Amino acid sequence: MQSTIELDNLTIRFGRQTVLKGLKGGFAGRAIGLLGPNGAGKTTLLHTLLGFYEPAAGSARVFGFDIQRDIKQIRHLIGYMPENDSFISDMTGIRFVRLMAELSGLPPSLALERAHETLFYVGLGEARYRKLGTYSLGMKQMAKLAQAIVHGPKLLFLDEPTNGLDPPARQRMISLIKDIRSTGETALILSSHLLRDVEECCEEVMILKEGEIVVYCNLEEERKANRKFLELEIIGDSHPFVEMAERLGCECAVHGLSRIKMVLPEQVSIRDLYCLAAKRDIQIRRLNYKRDSLQDIFLKAMEGNRGSLQA
Amino acid sequence: MAVYKHNYQAYSGPLTSSALRFLILSRYAYQRIFGSRIFLALFLICFAPPLGGAVFIYLQHNAKALQILQIPIDELIPIDAAFFQTLLYIQCSLGFLLATLVGPGLISPDLTNNALPLYLSRPLTRRDYVLGKISALLILLSAITWIPLSLLFFFQAKMAGWAWLWDHFRLEAAVFMGSWLWMLVISLLALALSAWVRWKPIAGALIFGVFIVGGGFGALVNAILFTNWGSLVNIGEMMDIAWRYLFRGQGPTGSLPVWGAFMGLLGFCGFCLLLLSKKLKAYEVVRS
Repeated sequence: MQSTIELDNLTIRFGRQTVLKGLKGGFAGRAIGLLGPNGAGKTTLLHTLLGFYEPAAGSARVFGFDIQRDIKQIRHLIGYMPENDSFISDMTGIRFVRLMAELSGLPPSLALERAHETLFYVGLGEARYRKLGTYSLGMKQMAKLAQAIVHGPKLLFLDEPTNGLDPPARQRMISLIKDIRSTGETALILSSHLLRDVEECCEEVMILKEGEIVVYCNLEEERKANRKFLELEIIGDSHPFVEMAERLGCECAVHGLSRIKMVLPEQVSIRDLYCLAAKRDIQIRRLNYKRDSLQDIFLKAMEGNRGSLQA
Repeated sequence: MAVYKHNYQAYSGPLTSSALRFLILSRYAYQRIFGSRIFLALFLICFAPPLGGAVFIYLQHNAKALQILQIPIDELIPIDAAFFQTLLYIQCSLGFLLATLVGPGLISPDLTNNALPLYLSRPLTRRDYVLGKISALLILLSAITWIPLSLLFFFQAKMAGWAWLWDHFRLEAAVFMGSWLWMLVISLLALALSAWVRWKPIAGALIFGVFIVGGGFGALVNAILFTNWGSLVNIGEMMDIAWRYLFRGQGPTGSLPVWGAFMGLLGFCGFCLLLLSKKLKAYEVVRS
């Protein structure tokens, strides 16, 4: 499978400050979340891939195109939604999105058609003849999304797409991102401070800290890996139940009289636990898989436990 | 299917040629510029002098019309270098007003609204962006300078006979080169100031300021240091020297040498390009 992005010792310096420190790896995910505290280098990485900054060392490729040699080809394939307000206030929504489509190479008539479609798609159909300067913050975010997708890019860079949105607008933005992802025609990289946004929209996550990749993991695989970690609540004497479970190879920890945390070995299934409980006349009242949430992964990374790169 | 029912879909249709894509920026600039009535009025006024010139040339070659209007033929000024140079002065002065009106609005709104990352994240380089913006000015200024004056030249050649054309072909070359030199200087100045001063009225005023202050400062340097090189900051004087050379084959006495004026103008264009390259970046980088 061809990597969407390949980083080869990518280093970016602004003056004496090194912002990205020798990033390496191939990233093939269809939806990659970019996480990290302020100043970690998330936006700088996106801007470098767009060709805004020249690497001090190393290189990067997007769909196999080098960011220094083939930047025009790369920009044909990318849609970019910037973090800050970026628009032309005295333009109407439709003219603005059409201009951006034409600059991406669409012929004028098709650009106009796509601009109408896209503005309706993001929910600005009724406001498309209004000047951008009169849009609310939420509408401006949607207009930014519209200009990023109007030319049907293969890769979409979303920099803090839910910034400043109220809950319904945020939900609308998230559902649009999920919808774009679900078409399978567009890969996306979402940079956000909000773990929930990343968790909802992305399959993979890259965590940056001080210009370095500290974690790159597939969220689904991460969840699967923790599938055998259980939390149980029982009614009855826990002691013989725990003893029998340990004989099967489970690692158990008892909290109070009725709560047990348990790590199951590969060969033991949930059904075996129910059989044990039935033998000892114990009721299992609650059984949860305990999974590492994205928050756990993020906090671990921030504590300085550098994770391995699991591309 | 109705447009509002469409879902997101990737685009796989035809693409336009990337070589001339920068002209999209000029086209969109015109849509905005021609929406202004003040601009439209000024633009139409710019065609009055060439139209007057055409009438004058027609009269020169029509004895019957002169007789009806009771104008003695020997009182008419000849159609020569001075005629075309005067017309070029007038057109370039009107072009200066147009550039002052249009130029500041070309780049400053993009910078004010932080729109450059949107342009530069497309298959459009910084060079394409500047080309697109400067083309808007160059095409406008061409429409009122070398194009009508060249038409006048060929009109005169048709009326006076083709022998006149070969004898005076230098005039056509002077019109063309003189216009382009002026257009480049004024367009680059307008764009550079538009990029550096984000407030349109101030940028417009500064274009005037560069000419007036530059002229005054140049005269001061010349007077204090008993030299002519102070004129290197006087764009108007350098243009005058260049035009005189182009139309008459020699510059004025007691002023900058012709090569000095040309080098000064080229240096000025280079300086404007440098200013543009410093300012036109997707994002400013604060270096520590």
